[in-house]
Amino acid sequence: MANLLEFRDPIRARALADALARATGDVGREVSLMHVCGSHEQAIAKFGLRSAFPRRLNVIMGPGCPVCITDQPEIDEAVVLAQQGARIATYGDMVRVPGTAGSLADAQARGATIDTVYSIAQAIDLARETTDEVVFFATGFETTAVATAAVILAGVPKNFSILSAHKYIPPVMEIVAEMPDTRVEGFLAAGHAATITGWGIFEPFVARHQLPVVVAGFEPLDILAALLKLVELVRDRAPAVVNMFPRCVTREGNRNAQRQLWQVFRPIGGRWRGIAHIPNGNLRLRDEWAAVDARRRFTIDLASLWRHAPSTLARQCICGNIMAGIASPADCPLFGGACVPDSPVGACMVSSEGTCRIWHQYGGVPNLGDVTCPI
Amino acid sequence: MSHLVADDRIMLKHGAGGRAMRRLIEEAFLHAFETDPEVPAGLVGVAAMDDGGAVRLGDRWLVMTTDSHVIQPPFFPGGDIGRLAIAGTVNDLAMMGAPDILGLTCAVILEEGFPRADLERILASMRVACEEAGATVICGDTKVMGKGELDGIVINTAGMALAPHLVRDGGLRPGDRIIVTGTLGDHGMAVMATRHGLALDLDLRSDVAPINGLIRAVLTAAPDAITAMKDPTRGGAASALHEMASKSGVGVTLDEAALPVRDAVRGVSELVGIDPLLVANEGKALLGVRAAAVGRVLEALRAHPLGVDAALIGVCTEDRPGMVILDTGFGRRLVAEPEGELLPRIC
Repeated sequence: MANLLEFRDPIRARALADALARATGDVGREVSLMHVCGSHEQAIAKFGLRSAFPRRLNVIMGPGCPVCITDQPEIDEAVVLAQQGARIATYGDMVRVPGTAGSLADAQARGATIDTVYSIAQAIDLARETTDEVVFFATGFETTAVATAAVILAGVPKNFSILSAHKYIPPVMEIVAEMPDTRVEGFLAAGHAATITGWGIFEPFVARHQLPVVVAGFEPLDILAALLKLVELVRDRAPAVVNMFPRCVTREGNRNAQRQLWQVFRPIGGRWRGIAHIPNGNLRLRDEWAAVDARRRFTIDLASLWRHAPSTLARQCICGNIMAGIASPADCPLFGGACVPDSPVGACMVSSEGTCRIWHQYGGVPNLGDVTCPI
Repeated sequence: MSHLVADDRIMLKHGAGGRAMRRLIEEAFLHAFETDPEVPAGLVGVAAMDDGGAVRLGDRWLVMTTDSHVIQPPFFPGGDIGRLAIAGTVNDLAMMGAPDILGLTCAVILEEGFPRADLERILASMRVACEEAGATVICGDTKVMGKGELDGIVINTAGMALAPHLVRDGGLRPGDRIIVTGTLGDHGMAVMATRHGLALDLDLRSDVAPINGLIRAVLTAAPDAITAMKDPTRGGAASALHEMASKSGVGVTLDEAALPVRDAVRGVSELVGIDPLLVANEGKALLGVRAAAVGRVLEALRAHPLGVDAALIGVCTEDRPGMVILDTGFGRRLVAEPEGELLPRIC
């Protein structure tokens, strides 16, 4: 705990917040910055940082929730595989995300076998204990894709395969930067992902878009210091990559993990739910791993699902705009009413990394800037 | 489509002490039991949804309460279902301002095959808790159900006590201070760590204890200064404070740095991502206190062995009635009322 508390010093936080207010004031207009990580949003909400941000600083959560941007057809593939008799092992949140015609939880209610696991290692254990075909429905960004790659390289049981819905963050930043409605003037990059990719990976992006990128950790001081740096870069019109998480992140990153990642996966284009087609945004298994690729091992009859039209409520869901940073949960007529964690309409309310779920968990985000505790 | 099938079946969330449970009670139980729209003076009935009911007897109040206890596992670090069953009812009476217990009842339902030795261990523990509370079980009932019809053991206790003045959970006024009688989150975290076999090298123990003696001490030291009381059991301090704030029509602002939380509880809370404010306690109370009496109340609490960690944690405001706001030291956020179960069946 002593370690954590070092990065939770309210006095230093106040000094940073004051500096942030000054730097934002220097810019002289509204500044919008985007982070691309659910863990950043969790920390911002949990520590009440938004109330300490200057009024003209707009910190937007982008497509940083891997569960949320898993596209409906990917959920549908898992549902169909489950209905065809495979045992699907996946993370808890994925079980409840609605596809075109229901979620994995609905498939389970109709008799399919779905196992909730905390890691791919648990899914492997499961495969060893049974003769059933076990399909690990793999989601997550490059951070979790590395774990999937390592397990595949180590060898998996014969009845085990992977349905990859892994995503790769750097390309989506390009798309958001190029969106016509975008107001984003800088990005906060996720520190844990950068421990693997290295901060150098953002240099071509900065050169192309002339937007600054700051790599940030997850404690309150990490986030405030990184936002301050980002606003200073905006103010000084000095687009660059700055690593504000040097206790974990290097320029090169974890070379060994990168080698394993690209040995197993290749990036291909594909839709991110609600956002757009993202070139190179999806990670799929390379040809040499066809034997453990569920998409090549089984025939997945998706057409059987697609006679269903999405529900009226689902059509009102604005998850896509929220993840693209052009709307907030407060703009959604379903938020907190028809759409709550118990009965989510959109994926952003399902996942603990989703913007709507986080805002709901911390009571929405009303303006509490003027509240103080006078005891 | 799940939103369309909501609430035609009872779910675990309906017993978890949060919003779903409150809605079920309001929609089903109050509808059944609250027939007279004009509640007579001299009665605190079910519609008050307080820790107990009360009937005026001359110049005093007879307070009654009842509580059923189900917990997995029945034995946990720091206590067991028997101790919980005595503390739960005694503390509910104390929260109404009635710390002197007239008598308790004890009804036990057992599953066929339940070990006799476990039952006797539970009863011995109830006896110890009764001695600590200065209370006596004066009647009881025993039933046995078939194997699989019940999970081990269910204990219901009810209790009666006399109060010179009632203390309600909705009596907070703007300017009142919020005091908690000790550390938060111990019971729920200990039960969860046991249940999930979190092999942590930490001293996590439930705080389950009858605290009527502690409450008697504070009511004696500052008889007119306590404006509201509630014990933060299921749903934790977050749920209890929401209820107190909304019934009282005040806002509550908490200072996170002032919240007493043991290191072990804080550590597990970081690990599993559950806020200690949402976690159950079984030997603590939240008190609304007139500002001028804060020193006296803290002194009386800290002089008692069960109140040494008592702390001033927040203040009531006229603004934002019904809201509970946490000042984290970095900024402010709302403390949301928990919706459903974080941890099913913990008390």
